[in-house]
Amino acid sequence: MTRRRVADSGRGWWGGAVAALLVGVMLTAGGAALAQDKPAEAPAAAPAAAAPAVAAASPADPLKTLEAKATDLKVAVDTVWVLATAFLVFFMNLGFASVESGFCRAKNTVTILAKNFVVFAVSSIAFLAVGFGIMFGDGTPLFGAQGLWFLGGADGSPATGEAYKGVYSALNWTGVPLWAKFFFQLVFAGTAATIVSGAVAERVKFGAFYLFSFAMVGLIYPVVGHWIWGGGWLAKLGFWDFAGSTVVHSVGGWAALIGAVMLGPRLGKYGKDGRVNPIPGHSIALGTLGVFVLWFGWFGFNPGSTMAADPGAIARIAVTTNTAAAGGAVAASVVAWLLLGKPDLTMILNGALAGLVAITAPCAFVSVPSSLVIGFAAGALVVLSVLFFERVHVDDPVGAVSVHLVCGAFGTLALGLFAQDQFSPGTTGNGLLFGGGTQLLRAQLTGVVAVGLFVAVAAGLFWSILSAVMGIRVPAEEELEGLDLGEHGISAYPEFHAAPAWGTGVAAPAVAPGPARVGTPAVERGR
Amino acid sequence: MKKIEAVIKPFKLDDVKEALTGAGIAGMTVSEVRGFGRQKGHTEMYRGGEYTVDFLPKLKVEVVVPDELGEKVLALIAAAAKTGAIGDGKVFVTPLQEAIRIRTGERGESAL
Repeated sequence: MTRRRVADSGRGWWGGAVAALLVGVMLTAGGAALAQDKPAEAPAAAPAAAAPAVAAASPADPLKTLEAKATDLKVAVDTVWVLATAFLVFFMNLGFASVESGFCRAKNTVTILAKNFVVFAVSSIAFLAVGFGIMFGDGTPLFGAQGLWFLGGADGSPATGEAYKGVYSALNWTGVPLWAKFFFQLVFAGTAATIVSGAVAERVKFGAFYLFSFAMVGLIYPVVGHWIWGGGWLAKLGFWDFAGSTVVHSVGGWAALIGAVMLGPRLGKYGKDGRVNPIPGHSIALGTLGVFVLWFGWFGFNPGSTMAADPGAIARIAVTTNTAAAGGAVAASVVAWLLLGKPDLTMILNGALAGLVAITAPCAFVSVPSSLVIGFAAGALVVLSVLFFERVHVDDPVGAVSVHLVCGAFGTLALGLFAQDQFSPGTTGNGLLFGGGTQLLRAQLTGVVAVGLFVAVAAGLFWSILSAVMGIRVPAEEELEGLDLGEHGISAYPEFHAAPAWGTGVAAPAVAPGPARVGTPAVERGR
Repeated sequence: MKKIEAVIKPFKLDDVKEALTGAGIAGMTVSEVRGFGRQKGHTEMYRGGEYTVDFLPKLKVEVVVPDELGEKVLALIAAAAKTGAIGDGKVFVTPLQEAIRIRTGERGESAL
């Protein structure tokens, strides 16, 4: 059913465009009498324009025809917008893969790339099979129930509002075909899952991560999504999250935090006296490239979440998004400079991401100056957060917890402070700083806490099951040699002999069962 | 024959090469190495933590020359690689027993 609709609307677009143009020209030039001839002329001018709307419209009522054509055209433009922005969000997978592999050691590059690659495939299947149904199917305030499997429920897209008849009514506000809705939501689900990868990097078993991703996208993410975007209890409570600071980033961040805690730090990360040993990533160039890709992808993430080509909204959201990223990068560079003595590039990169994550929830509801403030705050916050988690011995190689959890929660709360009713009347109302009182902020806080509790418990449960069944951490010897050989039997850079300049300190702890091989055994064995 | 191994600062390679080719030395081998002497390492920063880079990147130039050229080449390298700052590197000279040119089978100094 949906497939046919896609074909129809594709044909309708061309027909609609041509017919609308014709009608417009005729109305302007010759008035109603001339326009009434249009149905006879249109097929001659555009033989392909056999769209049903044209045939159905009464020749006596050109305005109705015009209206039908305008609606068709809007559906087409909105669908193109939604899909194009979804493709940008898909591209963010490359960004994550680059950032994470760049910020880790060369000996673990293959396994990080493999995780980031399969996670989108896993997400695609899990979200298609059941995730979308749980998230957007009509059901209880906690869980979608109808049309659960493979989007099998009745659907009336692209009709909107009251006109929509189907079981995915939480998405009835956007006038695009169901598959466009699905695809757009899918790339978001994939993002939430891929966030976990960075925090558990360099020690998690590939198979354990693989299975966890299914649970993440098939269950954990869609349940939270149902609460907030699927008409669930948080939505009814007046909690707002425009593009997913909480739904996507905090959910990913919490699962990442629990994973990192349960795995424990990488070998050599902390000295016996508790000293923090930095473990430099192998390619800051790759990391920088990845952050540029993510920043670019965010222009799909936030402006695309309008799910309609609404000119005023998408232009402003593009600017709030960009401004927050800029503020985050500047604030992080200044704070790192003051605090650490050097403008650490990895902190600046995380700062831009922090700004982007923080503005994701409020991007449609706040002014551009507010977005700058939010970006500044997030950029400063992420530096402090990275240092904090290092101190408390949560080893997060890429800073995923600080960027996605901490700044996701911050951005969600910032919405309660900075929201202004004028931007999206009848939604958030005004935040605390704009005279709206604490009501919105309290709803936001409730959401942050509830989502945190749920994801922490659910992720803890799944990681525990995996830990009991198959183990989630690779053996110490494999970790020292690098997971590329142990997990995948291939090295990322077989023609380079990669001895770290900072020596062998990382291999020093005598936790390895049997003789720990120090140095570059990976390369020796690889040959 | 003498084998001369010079561990030098990477940016001095061109100066050393020109000094040697100017003196008629026909070939040399260069490898990227890491190490430390009195210079020790230096500290770098990563995500808020300092770490020590003990083994600094250097280049090792190896040249084999007839005995009578040994002193001259040693002096040329020492002059060309010198900046006067700590970390300029070292030159080691060892007697060399044998050499062979693989293509022709020539041996000894005629293989150089």
